[in-house]
Amino acid sequence: MSMTRQAEPAVTTPPAPGPGRQTDGRTSRRSPALRLLARPEVGVLLGALAVLVFFLVTAPPVRDGSSMANILYQSSTIGIMALPVALLMIGGEFDLSAGVAVITSALTASMLSYQLTMNIWVGVIVALAVSLGIGLFNGWLLVKTGLPSFLVTLGTFLILQGVNLAVTKLVTGNVATDDISDMEGFAQAKAIFASSFDIGGVNVKITVVWWLVFAALATWVLLRTKYGNWIFAVGGNKESARAVGVPVTFTKISLFMLVGFGAWFVGMHQLFSFNTVQSGEGVGQELIYIAAAVIGGCLLTGGAGSAIGPVFGAFMFGLVQQGIVYAGWNPDWFKAFLGVMLLGAVLINLWVQRTATRR
Amino acid sequence: MDRSYPRSRKLASVVAVAAAATLTLAGCSSSSGGKDAEEGGANASAGKANTPRMTVALVTHQAPGDTFWDIVRKGAEAAAAKDNIKLVYSADPNAGNQANLVQNAIDQKVDGIAITLAKPDALKDVVSKAKAANIPVVGLNSGVSEWQKLGLMQFFGQDETVAGEALGKRLNQAGAKKAVCVIQEQGNIGLTQRCDGVKKTFKGDLQTLNVNGTDMPSVKSTITAKLKQDGGIDYVVALGAPYALTAAQSVGESGSKAKVATFDLNKSLTGAISKGDIEFAVDQQPWLQGYLAIDSLWLYKNNGNYMGGGEQPVLTGPAFVDKTNVETIDKFAAKGTR
Repeated sequence: MSMTRQAEPAVTTPPAPGPGRQTDGRTSRRSPALRLLARPEVGVLLGALAVLVFFLVTAPPVRDGSSMANILYQSSTIGIMALPVALLMIGGEFDLSAGVAVITSALTASMLSYQLTMNIWVGVIVALAVSLGIGLFNGWLLVKTGLPSFLVTLGTFLILQGVNLAVTKLVTGNVATDDISDMEGFAQAKAIFASSFDIGGVNVKITVVWWLVFAALATWVLLRTKYGNWIFAVGGNKESARAVGVPVTFTKISLFMLVGFGAWFVGMHQLFSFNTVQSGEGVGQELIYIAAAVIGGCLLTGGAGSAIGPVFGAFMFGLVQQGIVYAGWNPDWFKAFLGVMLLGAVLINLWVQRTATRR
Repeated sequence: MDRSYPRSRKLASVVAVAAAATLTLAGCSSSSGGKDAEEGGANASAGKANTPRMTVALVTHQAPGDTFWDIVRKGAEAAAAKDNIKLVYSADPNAGNQANLVQNAIDQKVDGIAITLAKPDALKDVVSKAKAANIPVVGLNSGVSEWQKLGLMQFFGQDETVAGEALGKRLNQAGAKKAVCVIQEQGNIGLTQRCDGVKKTFKGDLQTLNVNGTDMPSVKSTITAKLKQDGGIDYVVALGAPYALTAAQSVGESGSKAKVATFDLNKSLTGAISKGDIEFAVDQQPWLQGYLAIDSLWLYKNNGNYMGGGEQPVLTGPAFVDKTNVETIDKFAAKGTR
């Protein structure tokens, strides 16, 4: 999969590729347009555009601005988590606990504030600590034991699933948390995590803004900072990364904690937009986050990918999910349509890249 | 000994930090809402029987964390506490696993088994094994048309189709023309039966919409999308309380004039009914299902009684909750028993 190596940092490539590249006829003959197309995020962008055009033609309601805002909202709730999941994947690891960790965070904030009758912000901050702690635990266990992240996080996934349910039941006596919308600090927190604003008569959710801000931030970190280089390095080859002085342990653990941060953010969004949380939610979401990252061009094996690709990946997911409803298709086929559309989009992505990298 | 000095200093600083944190947190308490604002109230209890201790297993097809099943379980626990019964609760949405759990209960030689028949065929064998072991089996919640075929003693629940039909009639009274039935778990028999029931009696046009029940933001955008796609929808029928509350948000956001009706209750939902965000709910009294199922096993063991005479199911629904009667039910829902 040489074409996905678009953003490989200096650490994993041989020390002096410069002169070699100039004499290599294969790269010099390709036009800049083709080289642009070869980037995985451009491929997924084209895939997403194809799906968009498809729905614009077949589903008239999609042409409306507010429908697009709704699609972007759905995409943003996937996309905010897909970003740290993608970074982690570039760093060579999975996190299967990401879906239920969102609910863990929301439950923590809600129950703590409610049971102790505290200002909402106390719960929000403790939830952040808990979320980062889960990431720390995942990362620490991984680094200490050397087990594959699939196993480690599968364990945390199951643990959190049980803990979410058992602790909620223990504390509240029910399986959903109590309504916290009348408590102090709720309005402020809602403004940050779950508000919306109007642009030209279209109601846009704040999560869309956060999503794009986080994506820009992640792109900058990946491409312009030392830490970004470390991520590529540990995902490419852990041993050689360590040999050239990359702090592998720090990088891996911090990536897991980043996923924790994402889980906290999305968890807070869910809490403040729905006022209560059901303890059984979130199961299965982890695969959607991973899917968005993979559609966005992140390698399942690590070492390659981008932050902008998963943005388009999440957009495509949101678009297909809502587009099917806008098109008014038979709902029984919903999941099948979803699968076909996603496969189709990924194939377009692959084809674009193949064509662009062909000599 | 000189190590004790820094250690105690460390301890002192820990205490200081903890005290400071407590003080800071005390300043952070919320003056509105929260646990402090909660009204106290004992759960329903009716003393305790002096009959010999018995063990009863309740095996359902509950998915983890479902508010509805939590209420069923509370009802069962209330009956168990009253009847001097040790209740063993287990659940699995996968029918094969549920059958294994029933087998597990048989192996434990329990004195009675209460099961839900979401997928009756998968439980046929294990029910006959229980009968062979002389363990009385009663059914609850789902399986109103199959319980007798499987040879269960009694049944407590609501016919989902009948409940759907009742809701459909109610929609006609409300003058609805076009409704959408929101299914949160595609392929679930009970949910499908509800929508089919509505379709049978509803004179207008009924569409169905599948949403991803484990992801609320997705539920919200999908319902919003549907309301946008078809501006003529004037009623959204949700099949569970949490989804109804989310549907009400979607309606508000999409600017649609649609109203929301739902199956099943929870404590936030009764509030939404009194505020008028949700028009009405069809209640199947899940607490009563759990309570009666366990109590019936006690009655059979101690007095040989059959509820429903052993021929007819004992129906616990459909009962409607709307603005006119929500106040009486609200206080029970707040305790999580309605």
